Amino acid sequence: MANGYLDMQLLRFTTAGSVDDGKSTLIGRLLYDSKSIFEDQLEAVEQASKSRGNEDVNLALLTDGLKAEREQGITIDVAYRYFATPKRKFIIADTPGHIQYTRNMVTGASTADLAIILIDARHGVMEQTIRHSYIATLLGISRIVVCVNKMDLVDFSKDVFDKIIADYKEMSKHLDIPDTDFIPISAKNGDNVVNKSDNTAWYTGKPLLEYLETVEIKKSENQDFRMAVQYVVRPISDKFADFRGYAGRIAQGFLHIGDKIKVLPSGTVSTVKGIFSGAQELSEAQEGESVNITLNDDIDISRGDFLVSDNTTLPKVDNQFVINICWFNSSPMQIRKKYIVRHATQEVQGLFTAIDFKVDISTQEKIHDVNELQLNDIAQVQLKTANPLVFESYKQNKVLGSLIFVDPFSFETVGAGMII
Amino acid sequence: MTHLNELEAESIYILRETAAQFQRPAILFSGGKDSIVVTHLAYKAFYPAKLPFPLVHIDTGHNFKETIEYRDNLVKRLGADLIVGSVQESIDKGRVKEETGYNASRNALQTTTLLDTIESNKFDACIGGARRDEEKARAKERIFSHRDEFGQWNPKNQRPELWNIFNGKKNQGEHFRIFPISNWTEMDVWQYIYKEKIELPSLYYTHTRKCFYRDGQWLAAEPCIKRRPEEEVVEKQVRCRTIGDITCTGLTLSAAHTIEDIIAETAATRVTERGGRADDKRSETAMEDRKINGYF
Ligand SMILES: Nc1nc2c(ncn2[C@@H]2O[C@H](COP(=O)(O)OP(=O)(O)O)[C@@H](O)[C@H]2O)c(=O)[nH]1
Repeated sequence: MANGYLDMQLLRFTTAGSVDDGKSTLIGRLLYDSKSIFEDQLEAVEQASKSRGNEDVNLALLTDGLKAEREQGITIDVAYRYFATPKRKFIIADTPGHIQYTRNMVTGASTADLAIILIDARHGVMEQTIRHSYIATLLGISRIVVCVNKMDLVDFSKDVFDKIIADYKEMSKHLDIPDTDFIPISAKNGDNVVNKSDNTAWYTGKPLLEYLETVEIKKSENQDFRMAVQYVVRPISDKFADFRGYAGRIAQGFLHIGDKIKVLPSGTVSTVKGIFSGAQELSEAQEGESVNITLNDDIDISRGDFLVSDNTTLPKVDNQFVINICWFNSSPMQIRKKYIVRHATQEVQGLFTAIDFKVDISTQEKIHDVNELQLNDIAQVQLKTANPLVFESYKQNKVLGSLIFVDPFSFETVGAGMII
Repeated sequence: MTHLNELEAESIYILRETAAQFQRPAILFSGGKDSIVVTHLAYKAFYPAKLPFPLVHIDTGHNFKETIEYRDNLVKRLGADLIVGSVQESIDKGRVKEETGYNASRNALQTTTLLDTIESNKFDACIGGARRDEEKARAKERIFSHRDEFGQWNPKNQRPELWNIFNGKKNQGEHFRIFPISNWTEMDVWQYIYKEKIELPSLYYTHTRKCFYRDGQWLAAEPCIKRRPEEEVVEKQVRCRTIGDITCTGLTLSAAHTIEDIIAETAATRVTERGGRADDKRSETAMEDRKINGYF
């Protein structure tokens, strides 16, 4: 019994939809039907539903976290939800869909493997649908599943469903959309959420939950080793007097004892002596693992440096970048103003030298001659840093290609960038 | 990678970021299973070096003796530093006023002792074992959670948290709460304890205890909880699902002897572990209100 749960995989996904498309109901249903809702939570929701004059238990209330949001009846921040089936554990980044919450969607999408996009079957593909797909694509989500919801209100019509698929494909033509699948559902009644529905005999695909349990999770295609050094482990004890471990989380590829390693930006080379996970010594490690590495040579390595496979395809080292950026703060992004740039485990000063163009988030058209970015703006900009960074394009590797910007006075996180 | 490996790797990454980004980080150790798991993860993150964090225990004076024993053994085994913040001392100094009556609890008083302990030790980051699945106000909590000079949490102005890039920068007097196991569920915690063979206080396993029943739950019959005349003391086979101060730790009737039994029981349970905590029952947004004021 216990063992059955020990080899599950983890899938992180984000959900986006316009207000009232049924996002909260869908999440509530996934949690409810997978038995992730406990009786006391349900009781609390029943009480809250009653006190607000709702007759049925409103599953959407399960996911509305904070007071202010419950009062306004909308989700405004990113909220994380958890559920599991015997096959997988799921982490949902639940984000609001309105344009004024673009930054929340960007945040939620940044850690997701997959995006669920909801469409109200009665309204079909809307501007927002494409906007949400654009954000998912921009953040490098490798798979989108479009759930056409409220099928009960259109008599479970295959024609309506097919037309939505055709419209979606047509309207998203200009985006570099990843693999996309479509599922007709009724979040409220449960059709095609956990079980395949008799109301959609024409639908041959999987119900949503089975889809989520089986969809393939993509890893980086490139298998070269990449790891940013987070922390240098140096015990003060006689037993480990000469121990010098480089701790970090592997951003890409595999590592074996004896592998040749290059340190960037310095360019020094060495070979792997030991790979540790806690006290356990490993012979190899792979992408996603947090390890502690010892080398055969005594070289100067500190936090912020990268350890990479010593071969021909090295990451780049430079201090000028073209990036896609999303602005997160109410004080506008200004050209030539200094910001703190955080990249992997490195921190440097940086400034924007030019805004190439801003993107109209609704139509995805480019707007030129812009000299400031406002909250929620998405743009392509030129960035220069005081010291060089070890990087790759965001498309190649999310860890090496992502940045955040921090205001040097308030220390708030004011923007997020993806290196092109 | 399995989900447990991935969660472990993420948590270790967070703990190393904490050690790298802060000057005086500390682990808030409650003796509960979540803070035990956090401590275990920290041990793994820095092995073979010593923990770069002291363990801070806010002692309400109403702890189970098993918790204190366990704490002292753990500290010895890890060679870690222990700092105890005493609620009794805060009461004696007049910093807080003891509640009276049947539902009196020192749980709320902990906040003051905690903030005082943070200030006098100049801690700039306190690592906690809270999880987002515990309670709905926690679902939006950041992993690096910023607190202002008054120790307060502002749910409306949280820093966005993207990818695995954590922003621990702060102004003088501000500090952070760090939640390395944010993405774990109760089930994940138990599975991990099983997989890593982590030793727990005996309270988590079934034992015979003198209890009484109040407001839908069993509580320990200890002198620190004032019983109503009609509240009868009986012996029961119980265990804790989560451990806090005695006054707010609900006991579950259970025959679970082993971690496997607990996992089986958890899989079948229909009530959240916080459902057993008297402090959350006070209002629909009780947790959120306490967090805003600087609670764990
Ligand atoms: N008929 C029908 N109504 C639905 C369905 N899903 C959601 N709704 C209703 O649509 C309304 C908005 O749903 P909600 O989940 O709050 O939407 P959100 O704003 O996207 O989170 C609520 O009244 C739901 O009961 C569905 O599949 N069929």
